[in-house]
Amino acid sequence: MYKDKGIITAKQFVDELRRYQKGSVTRRHFLGVTGLGLATAVLGGAMPGFRPRKAYAGLSGTLNFTTWPNYFAQENFDNFTKNTGVNINVAIFGSNEEMLAKLQAGSTGWDVFVPTNYTISTYKKLDLIEPLDLKKLPNYDPASQDPRFLGPGTIDGVVYAVPKDWGTTGFIVNTKNVTQNPTSWKEFWDLAQGPLTGKVMVHDYQLTTIGGALKALGYSFNSLDEKELGNAEKLMLETKPHLFGINSDYQPSMRNGDAVMSICWTNDAKQLHADMPEMQYVLGKEGGEIWVDHYAIPKGAPNPDAAYAFIDYLLTPEINAKEIKFHGAPSTDARCNKLLPKEILENPILYPAAEALAPLEFGAAESLTNPLRAEIMARFKAA
Amino acid sequence: MTDSQHSRGVTALLLVPAGVFFFFLLILPMAVVLVFSFGDRADTGGYAPAFTFDNYLNLPARSKAFVNTLTLAPLGTLLTALFAYPMAYFLAVKVSPQWRVTMLVLVMAPFWTSQLLRYYAWIMILGAKGIPNWLSMIGITDVRLINTPWAVLIGAVYGFLPLMVPPIYVSLEKLDKRLLEASADLGATPWKSFLQVTLPLSLPGVATGSMLVFILLMGDYILPQFLGGGKVYFIGNALVDLFLQSRNWPFGAAVSVALVIIMFVTIFFYMRFVLGKSGQRRVALV
Repeated sequence: MYKDKGIITAKQFVDELRRYQKGSVTRRHFLGVTGLGLATAVLGGAMPGFRPRKAYAGLSGTLNFTTWPNYFAQENFDNFTKNTGVNINVAIFGSNEEMLAKLQAGSTGWDVFVPTNYTISTYKKLDLIEPLDLKKLPNYDPASQDPRFLGPGTIDGVVYAVPKDWGTTGFIVNTKNVTQNPTSWKEFWDLAQGPLTGKVMVHDYQLTTIGGALKALGYSFNSLDEKELGNAEKLMLETKPHLFGINSDYQPSMRNGDAVMSICWTNDAKQLHADMPEMQYVLGKEGGEIWVDHYAIPKGAPNPDAAYAFIDYLLTPEINAKEIKFHGAPSTDARCNKLLPKEILENPILYPAAEALAPLEFGAAESLTNPLRAEIMARFKAA
Repeated sequence: MTDSQHSRGVTALLLVPAGVFFFFLLILPMAVVLVFSFGDRADTGGYAPAFTFDNYLNLPARSKAFVNTLTLAPLGTLLTALFAYPMAYFLAVKVSPQWRVTMLVLVMAPFWTSQLLRYYAWIMILGAKGIPNWLSMIGITDVRLINTPWAVLIGAVYGFLPLMVPPIYVSLEKLDKRLLEASADLGATPWKSFLQVTLPLSLPGVATGSMLVFILLMGDYILPQFLGGGKVYFIGNALVDLFLQSRNWPFGAAVSVALVIIMFVTIFFYMRFVLGKSGQRRVALV
């Protein structure tokens, strides 16, 4: 009966279980008890090219990896463990601020984490991040990387982080319920206050929610101007009573039909669209955000050898292609793009047209650390 | 060494583990929070030493969170008690003893599943395709539950019932049934006996259970986060945001101090009121 009503399918359940396991059982445990881990390990072992390599000799122990939800292919991790003997502990985080707060507090025990472009200079300034020894990353080839994405990880000529994948921030629209065909941030907020009242979500993330409001008003995504931010706050506060929710985990509510429009990142849009073709991803025509996530090693990582081996493994084009196919954020690496099927490379959600990309801005370091923006978001949530 | 001196020494020794525990994990962190609450936010977030009352003067900026918490936490506790009491009464008085343990285990059974998973299930049940959909089939349309205070209250009752039932059950179970016979012999109706004998004697159980639930609800952030969807904002959510998002630790510390003071005052008066009242009744009856 539940299945017929579409309340939760077995697949959704497993998705949610994975997504929210950070508070209960580990993914490893889950895979262990369901036998899925063993199954993928056996399958992976049967593939050529995943046999143990010399470079992995001498590794042991555990690797603590901190990343975002739905952002890695378990199959790759199982193979890494199989080839190296290093167990991977995954921690899932909700925001860059949260990662920064944990690293500032110290003694995280993390070996590898996934910072977004605008955080890296702050990590460097606070001395929380290791410069990378590129000799230990033979699979990283700067020449094959899209030069647009090489800036943020390199500070004063030193590489602190290598690109993982990139994406954009727009909004997702369920076209079965929304007939207005919005194309701009202005329409996003207007619809939220009007015909779509009670059915729209924004991120629980100041950078993108304030950024989306700023764009609707014609300002920069990164504005730090008090008056412009004040106007953005006014727009957000006026919209707040009309919102369905303030949550960066919007996939469940969008799938469920509670929400019909939400601020959205590329990879979530791809996952939603793959399962429900009526989900359309829109890049506001005023612009918005383009981002690039990185692999980096924090200061005091307990298992640095494993950390380098792990990053190098994930940057191997074949492995990286599997990652991209799983999470749906586009690759920065031309070698990896060559291995991806046409339907991914031609998917406008992952690879938007050049004119849609042109007005997008990279988030700035100050946009994340600015106390006024932080306080505006807090006031918006507390209102 | 005399016997009494010896036993005093043993007592002191036995208290050392608890003392160390409380000092390092309660008193010391509280002192740190207090110091932080007079500090400044560092440029990139965190704490910078200072001495200022600004953080306390800024507390009204979170007044909505205080109001939400101070209305929904007591209301949730009250509702949980109202639901738990009949359950506990049924278990202690009506259920035959050989079934009692099984039933009590069933009450506790939801605790064996992760709290997050259970709240996740409620997101589905309270969402558009859950209860509101069933209600629309019988003609009640446009009901909205998820991301409202109602959803948070439902979640509170569901989540905390297993904490409220056992203390009430225990106080009802040890109730001397002869008192009820005496009350009936003296002409009281069953309802009157319940109001004048059973209920007052079980109040300590209600008080203990309510305290457990109230304290947890006051500091909760997962429940409002999941079932309130960012629209029902508790002090707990304000703290998570201040420490993990805006990294304004000094202001977060000031909010924490305010929360601790409110809890102390509320619990102090509550305990005096409820326990004082039931204590008097007991004396009168005995």
